[in-house]
Amino acid sequence: MANVETVEGRGIPLLLDDIDTDRIIPARYLRCVTFDGLGEHAFEDDRNQNPNHPFDDPRYKGASILVAGRNFGCGSSREHAPQSLLRWGIHAVVAESFAEIFFGNCTSLGIPCVRVERAVLETLAESIKQNPKQTVVVNVRDLQVRFGEKKIPCEMSDNARQALVTGEFDSLSRLLEGVDDIQEKAAAIPYMSHFSDV
Amino acid sequence: MTKPSNNLFNTVWDLHTVRTLPSGETQLFIGLHLVHEVTSPQAFSMLRERGLKVIYPDRTWATVDHIIPTDNQARPFRDNLAEEMMSAIEINCKEFGVPLLDINDKRQGIVHVIGPEQGLTQPGMTIVCGDSHTSTHGAFGSIALGIGTSQVAYVLATQTLALTRPKVRKIEVNGTLRPGVYAKDVTLHVIRKLGVQGGVGYAYEYAGSTFESMNMDERMTVCNMSIEGGARCGYINPDQTTIEYLRGRPHAPQGEAFERAARWWLSLASGPEAEYDDVVVFNADEIEPTVTWGITPAQSVGVSEELPAINDYPKEQQFLVGEAFEFMGLTEHQPIKGLKIDVAFIGSCTNSRMTDLREAARVVKGRKISPQVKGLIVPGSQTIRDQAMAEGLDKIFTEAGFEWREAGCSMCLAMNPDKLSGREICASSSNRNFKGRQGSPTGRTLLMSPAMVAAAAINGSVTDVREML
Repeated sequence: MANVETVEGRGIPLLLDDIDTDRIIPARYLRCVTFDGLGEHAFEDDRNQNPNHPFDDPRYKGASILVAGRNFGCGSSREHAPQSLLRWGIHAVVAESFAEIFFGNCTSLGIPCVRVERAVLETLAESIKQNPKQTVVVNVRDLQVRFGEKKIPCEMSDNARQALVTGEFDSLSRLLEGVDDIQEKAAAIPYMSHFSDV
Repeated sequence: MTKPSNNLFNTVWDLHTVRTLPSGETQLFIGLHLVHEVTSPQAFSMLRERGLKVIYPDRTWATVDHIIPTDNQARPFRDNLAEEMMSAIEINCKEFGVPLLDINDKRQGIVHVIGPEQGLTQPGMTIVCGDSHTSTHGAFGSIALGIGTSQVAYVLATQTLALTRPKVRKIEVNGTLRPGVYAKDVTLHVIRKLGVQGGVGYAYEYAGSTFESMNMDERMTVCNMSIEGGARCGYINPDQTTIEYLRGRPHAPQGEAFERAARWWLSLASGPEAEYDDVVVFNADEIEPTVTWGITPAQSVGVSEELPAINDYPKEQQFLVGEAFEFMGLTEHQPIKGLKIDVAFIGSCTNSRMTDLREAARVVKGRKISPQVKGLIVPGSQTIRDQAMAEGLDKIFTEAGFEWREAGCSMCLAMNPDKLSGREICASSSNRNFKGRQGSPTGRTLLMSPAMVAAAAINGSVTDVREML
């Protein structure tokens, strides 16, 4: 896995709160056995009901850094939500806060989700609206978001940051290394041995 | 930060800790992995690509629930995509040696209903499933978490996950619920008070006499909606009610082993000295039948209240509240009681168990549902369906004008033929009132208890069930 230290690109503002994963990818698109083709359906129902949705705004075409509000990605655990954003072209999310399962799913796909204080987040969204062509840089290593002349601090849990910058966000190989420990642990858990030792 | 000692969550977490990973996360052993057809196909593909096996097939159980029709279940399904997913889980389970409770197995049902029903779910376990409502299993005093598909693959291959230990908040509710007030109202009340994000970073321990006097079905309703309050996991300490529920279940320990297990289960419960990162206290008598009116599960009112005004909310929430009013087509200060409904749905992993069906039937018995309302009763499992029929509940429902369906997720999430159409309003015993959740992008959901859904179906509008008991 490649290290994810910085993500650089143009921004797309969607500063709404409590955006759930049903809105990111409607459930009918979960009738699939691969994640292919999910990108085009990102926010589909919202886009159909709002002709001014940022995902259909030509000014934000090709943007890769999503700027969202509070509790982004709440609801269903569907990994289809970050898979769909990734296939749309989103490679980092900057928001006031994230729902936990969504955050974990994004991290394991190498999509950094960083938190920024509301007032500063609004400045960032406004700046992107004023100048959609500007470059936004999410620096995971230094926990900083850069746009124009501005540098703003952002937050992320140490564990997730560490996993991203060391390229270990797909934890499978690390988990596999522990196989002997896993079997030893299993043997010590009462329900794994019919409660014979309790 | 020093970790609080002696609560069940931390005891069970420590017991399952394999080691600390270089990232700082815990590698946690998973005791039970439940699998369903929607979030698993890509995970099995990952195993194939990397040449991996399922390490503990006997700790892994699969069923089908999300995409299956609840009327005509003849194969092949009319929906080609659903049929493809069914074939995929059948092939995957066969190839990897995972037991599958398929549609023709009498034990099939919603994954969060059948785990407990079969005795697979037990206190002190770590339980995961590629589904956010896995929190349901916490009702038994387990650590139960929803996970994404990549994590499903990790658990299949290693029976472990990389996780960060959350904080623990005790939510204490004391006292006796008033007649017509149910477990669903308690959970909707907690979410209304703490918000949909209040639980992020926490596991919720539900404690106090209100939960202690609930049966297991009711406790599952409460833990099920922890995720709606932002908490990935919610649990209730095991007690005699838990033990009696599990005694004799097919996958529970039997005989002497059961007695040893029961002693161990009780020993895990948070003691009187247990410490928490946070404690919140409510009184049962402040809770009334609760109905959501908006597009998040926290946007709710007591049935006798009127809707709020946008200005009642802090400034930063006003945009979202305005969005909710607009989407729902409702106005400030409107009473919720009397709001017309088009569909009544009783089912889902939140409220499709015997207690739910019995309470709904008590309201329905001898009455007819409004001719304007389409009513759907969808039992959570084939076992529950059979039990309800043995008790004659199906007759009560069908004589009233409800449809009596086969077990599945049905209209909770719109991945199968049961869906709202257009701007229909649904009184629903499910868990989410998100925009478009029930299958029509403009469809509207009012969450409430099964008894409240039954009352709304009869009057054709939101009704205070207390007037009908």
